[in-house]
Amino acid sequence: MTDGRFGIHGGQYIPETLMNAVIELEEAYNRYKEDPEFNRELTELLNEYAGRPSRLYFAKRMTEDLGGAKIYLKREDLNHTGAHKINNVLGQVLLAKKMGKTRVIAETGAGQHGVATATAAALMDMECEVFMGEEDTKRQALNVYRMRLLGAKVHPVTSGTGTLKDAVSETMREWTSRIADTHYVLGSCMGPHPFPMIVRDFQSVISKEIKHQIMEKEGKLPDAVLACVGGGSNAIGAFYNFIPDQSVRLIGCEAAGRGVNTAETAATIATGKLGIFHGMKSYFCQDEYGQIAPVYSISAGLDYPGIGPEHAYLHDIGRAEYVAITDEEAVEAFEYLSRIEGIIPAIESAHAVAYARKLAPTMSKDQIIVINISGRGDKDCAAIARYRGEDLHE
Amino acid sequence: MSNIQKAFQNGKAFIPFLTCGDPSLEVTEQLVYAMERAGADLIELGIPFSDPTAEGPVIQEASNRALKGGVTTDGIFEMVKKIREKTQIPMVFMTYANVVFSYGIERFIKKAAELGMDGLILPDVPFEEKEEFDCVCRAYGLDLISLIAPTSHERIRMIAEQAHGFVYCVSSLGVTGVRSKITTDVGAMVRLVKETKEIPCAVGFGISTPEQAKKMTEVSDGAIVGSAIVKLCGQYGEACVPYVEEYVKSMKDAIRG
Repeated sequence: MTDGRFGIHGGQYIPETLMNAVIELEEAYNRYKEDPEFNRELTELLNEYAGRPSRLYFAKRMTEDLGGAKIYLKREDLNHTGAHKINNVLGQVLLAKKMGKTRVIAETGAGQHGVATATAAALMDMECEVFMGEEDTKRQALNVYRMRLLGAKVHPVTSGTGTLKDAVSETMREWTSRIADTHYVLGSCMGPHPFPMIVRDFQSVISKEIKHQIMEKEGKLPDAVLACVGGGSNAIGAFYNFIPDQSVRLIGCEAAGRGVNTAETAATIATGKLGIFHGMKSYFCQDEYGQIAPVYSISAGLDYPGIGPEHAYLHDIGRAEYVAITDEEAVEAFEYLSRIEGIIPAIESAHAVAYARKLAPTMSKDQIIVINISGRGDKDCAAIARYRGEDLHE
Repeated sequence: MSNIQKAFQNGKAFIPFLTCGDPSLEVTEQLVYAMERAGADLIELGIPFSDPTAEGPVIQEASNRALKGGVTTDGIFEMVKKIREKTQIPMVFMTYANVVFSYGIERFIKKAAELGMDGLILPDVPFEEKEEFDCVCRAYGLDLISLIAPTSHERIRMIAEQAHGFVYCVSSLGVTGVRSKITTDVGAMVRLVKETKEIPCAVGFGISTPEQAKKMTEVSDGAIVGSAIVKLCGQYGEACVPYVEEYVKSMKDAIRG
């Protein structure tokens, strides 16, 4: 067994062709994460370019409306490129540059990670190719255009279900065929070791900031931190620095799609079982013979049949809870936050907002919920309008 | 002598791959007999996986067709049972970790061994992760086949030391599929293996023509061909058996030397 395990989860289940690449990556990462010059450059990029720290905003009207716990929104949607994805991407692309790579490749679901990667590649003068499920290129046409505008080449992936899992598979295939000059910028806390660790470390800036900001505003830790979970990168980022603080409930909100009792769901903890896929041992939606299920969610970013290995572990040990939110609940929350706070969240993040609407009224007024608003919702407007039976001609 | 070793006793070995159930398990069974007649020395039976990350488009599509047609691991076991009533040609399963893991590692390997399979290839299980599968394979007398790649370099010795059956030398970067040219110094990879352990080395990934097979077997003990055969199955469907038989014969003739 390799290191890079979270309990029984994780590992490096990848073709031999990629083994030296991930070993080289791990060595480089371990060297640079302790390097003051690397950290100075990364901090400068995060602050001056991406706009960190992101705000922790007290949602007064939402708090009053729900009549329970005080609600704070961690505004990752205000980052440059409009989502938390930039935190990880700036770290990985800078690392790739230090490793002497000249080309980056990435998978993308909703397009947020692809846009972030294309952005960082433009900034650091790297060649960039993004793999995106064909179905998602239709759902997220605006992001496809943004990536092209930023100089990236976008490959629509037609294999399988034409969604995020197929984009990951295709990017892995591409990496296998060209390794020497290429780094795979994996967008979530998943895949083979060391990716789950690297992505978590780069995203953990979110919980580091929340902790600092909430202590300043409230003088105490929150009672619950909520985040949506597909692969789980924004959630692990929002949870990580709170893991030792047992009083803080960590709640991941999965995409139930049309419901966990239907086949059209992407809720891995609720419906999946232990398996090995995309380089890791974790929970996956699959049939009795281990064939990966064609999952579904209205959210392209959560439309993934697995979950990062650290989340699987946090679930096993009971440190984090995972709940399932349907399309309908997420769309209602998308509309709700827009109207009540004037903030249009990504449909992914709306899954966390939806659970907050259920949870907050059950809590007392001196308790605190932090919702990670992982991205902004402009990209989703056309799809949500369609869901409501309105066809937008952009 | 293990059944796999026997595959390398008849000159250079020709090792064809089939996606089980494409176009049907009945045809797959007939293909096994036809390939044996044509001179195949060892047969790789691919158990289709929904998301085969090491495969190119040809085998991806064949896997999809087979799964859509309703093929399951249990159905393939039934087919192997029938095949073993008629031939003892060396056979290994090639599939992905999750297919074995979800069936239950021990349950899968025990069943495969009882049915007379000789080995197992898992392209997404590298050296570092193999023990979970290999300890069970050893217990039931199945060879877990090790793969080496053009990027393996110093890892080759470590892998070869613990290899069983034969070593699968991946000829090129990338996924399975037909290539016009193979540029890797496969001979050097094979020499590194043989310096460590006397074990047969067969080359796969990208081989489709008799010339390529001949060239690859000049520096190794066998040639593995998948996509070129699976392509014929896709092209001719139910009628593919004679075409595959003829192709396998031409490949075996080329490497007979």
